[in-house]
Amino acid sequence: MPKNILMSREVLLTGAIALLLAIIASRFPAFIAPTNLANVFNDTAPLILLAIGQMIVILTRCIDLSVAANLALTGMVVAMINVAMPGLPVPVIIVISIGFGALLGVINGVLVWKLAIPPIVVTLGTMTIFRGTIFLLSDGKWVNSHEFSDSFKAFPRTEFLGLPLMSWIAIAAVLLFTLVMSRTTLGRAFYAAGGNPHAATYAGIDVGKTQFWAFTISGALAGLTGYLWVSRFAVAFVDLAGGFELNVVAACVIGGVAIMGGIGTVFGAMLGSLFLGIISNALPVVNISPFWQLAISGGAIIIAVILNAQANRDKGRIILKRAEQAT
Amino acid sequence: MLMQPDQTHDLPKVETGPPILALNRVTKTFPGVTALSEVSLELFPGKVTALVGENGAGKSTVVKILTGIYQPDGGEIEIDGTPCRFPTAQAAGDAGVTAIHQETVLFDELSVAENIFLGHAPRGRFGLIDTAEMIEKARAILVGIGAQIEPRTKLKDLGIANKHLVAIARALSIDARVVIMDEPTAALSQKEIEELYVLVEELKDQGKAILFISHKFDEIFRIADNYTVFRDGALVGTGSIADVSEAELVKMMVGRDVSQIFPNRAHNIGDEILVVEGYEHPTEFADIGFTLHRGQILGFYGLVGAGRSEFMQSIFGITRPSSGVLRIDGKQVDIRSPADAVANGIVYVPEDRGKQGAITALPIFQNVTLPSLGRTSRNGFLQLAEEFKLARDFTERLDLRAASLDTDVGNLSGGNQQKVVIAKWLATQPKVIILDEPTKGIDIGSKAAVHEFMAELAAQGLAVIMVSSEIPEIMGMSDRVIVMREGRIAAELSADTMTPETLVRHAAGI
Repeated sequence: MPKNILMSREVLLTGAIALLLAIIASRFPAFIAPTNLANVFNDTAPLILLAIGQMIVILTRCIDLSVAANLALTGMVVAMINVAMPGLPVPVIIVISIGFGALLGVINGVLVWKLAIPPIVVTLGTMTIFRGTIFLLSDGKWVNSHEFSDSFKAFPRTEFLGLPLMSWIAIAAVLLFTLVMSRTTLGRAFYAAGGNPHAATYAGIDVGKTQFWAFTISGALAGLTGYLWVSRFAVAFVDLAGGFELNVVAACVIGGVAIMGGIGTVFGAMLGSLFLGIISNALPVVNISPFWQLAISGGAIIIAVILNAQANRDKGRIILKRAEQAT
Repeated sequence: MLMQPDQTHDLPKVETGPPILALNRVTKTFPGVTALSEVSLELFPGKVTALVGENGAGKSTVVKILTGIYQPDGGEIEIDGTPCRFPTAQAAGDAGVTAIHQETVLFDELSVAENIFLGHAPRGRFGLIDTAEMIEKARAILVGIGAQIEPRTKLKDLGIANKHLVAIARALSIDARVVIMDEPTAALSQKEIEELYVLVEELKDQGKAILFISHKFDEIFRIADNYTVFRDGALVGTGSIADVSEAELVKMMVGRDVSQIFPNRAHNIGDEILVVEGYEHPTEFADIGFTLHRGQILGFYGLVGAGRSEFMQSIFGITRPSSGVLRIDGKQVDIRSPADAVANGIVYVPEDRGKQGAITALPIFQNVTLPSLGRTSRNGFLQLAEEFKLARDFTERLDLRAASLDTDVGNLSGGNQQKVVIAKWLATQPKVIILDEPTKGIDIGSKAAVHEFMAELAAQGLAVIMVSSEIPEIMGMSDRVIVMREGRIAAELSADTMTPETLVRHAAGI
């Protein structure tokens, strides 16, 4: 059905991003220079990583409000490990950050799965607990640039084939999760559990367990992002990335992820993130105040929701023979 | 007044060979209801066993127990004589039990092939799903059952009959020893049903045991080898289909003579009250027109998914028709919302009480007064005494039994919830009341009460539209019947020309 492909959310969003870039370029041509676009992508990499995890969680009819707190807590944990053991190699730090983040995700997942507590309540609670834990660990103090080892700080900036590793990690995550979502049984289970939980149960899918895995993946990605964030900005503190969970949810919504579950793609989540990333990078350049920046992001979210609602609007059941598209 | 299971039937052993699957005195209770009480069921290799019973007899509970959705509270499941448990749907599948459920148990956003192979997709390298292989296999299965469906199509783009065929294909894609067919023909046309029969014969030849659930007797007598009858959650009879007549089966099912169920009522047909002309919707129905008189009960019969409920929702203003004229008392009205419909004297009691009917977290009186708040409030403030008075008037007319009008509707039985919903609409003093499957899923006692009440409403001059999929109900209650098929009117029959055969024939398009 070529019509559907042309009208797909991803294509529409790519068009919107191109239009946005064209408008910015008309006032500030240097913005669309390849090196600048690469910078924008690199800046957006953390948002992309978190949005992939959030997309999977939202697919299963849940929401993860604890991602930014998870990022900050994991970031603080690896920062303190680095201060205590400067010799620990970066790959080990990365494994720790993914594992620790996943562990925090497991807490969310178990509460949703085993105790059947609504996800918004669970993650609102764990969000506060994670932030509080950072305070307990750090006594409210910052871990500053000079306290980190050089290798810890250098990793995300290390260039490979002209792009920083930070960007490559986001690209790798997009590719990996595109594969997971389209070609593994777990990926299919995410769509099924959110699309029709009742039917998923009949098909032998444990909906609660599927949601548990979604939270675990979201947590692991948040943990990894925690290390990348702390090392890139060379600082860790209690309010790190405060409120960033809302940007993550916004990126998903703009990227065509249905907040009621069952619909969404990794590519869409990435495009939604890039859309927000471009806005936040471009507006200061074209001298628009940060307050307008919030308003524009907010406007984009509402437009995206309206477009999605239009696309998903119930067109009625297909009963008349002439309405059926299959042959 | 539930009938006791008929104890005079002794249960003859049907087969000498051992069954593949057997239920042994299985009991299942829900809070306040015994859904199954010590029922037994045996399924033999290469045989079709028809499970027969009225709505609410416990058939779907058995299916859910056999597919691992419910756990029995007592008794056991045996496979090849060995007791076993199905704690999950997966476990039942692994034990070789597969079921063709109705189309609601599929995924609209996934493709046909993905729906068929969800949970057991063919794997390629690295354990990844082999999409090409999956599509090929799906196509082969679909061709095998004579379904012309492209496996890449999204399920939501299919009509209900094709969705049903996808459900059948899904069950066949699992290599199972026991196949449960839960009303597999409910939405199929005659040609598709014939193809399904061929398929059932093939499955029999392969030595699979088949449990066939159907309301259609012609079907049961054509393809079943054995029968088992449930009534009110208990086993009332089982045996070889060759040794039983249709009348005997009906008697076992209902436990009394069919003619006694329905009230005798006076037929005081009054003036024209509702005229519908040329109602159309882009995908759901086309060219619907009829007239309804005061005091008349007009039945709407059809297969599941024939577009009856969708049409009713458009009369009630939930959806908008693309064209069509509606006249009440000779005056043309434009109904844009349910509020318009209520203001013009049309009310709709939906089929799905849970989703569309009662607000279960609110008490009875608040449910009843919800559409009539204008009459029970002054200057925007609710008058509690008025609310209770209105609620009491109408629940008493319906003989609703509840401790108090403060009781939450969620705590009532299905039959009583239905009465609350009907009371709610009667309180608006309508001219036309639309009852969509008014007795679906409620016990026989409540059913009779609803039928009596419906007759009383008509006697008082209300015009009643009754959507029903139960032929006895349609035959017993309606003055006239409109049969719908695939979104169109297939026939309009008067009480003296309707027979079960003509109804089924028009509905299925034979």
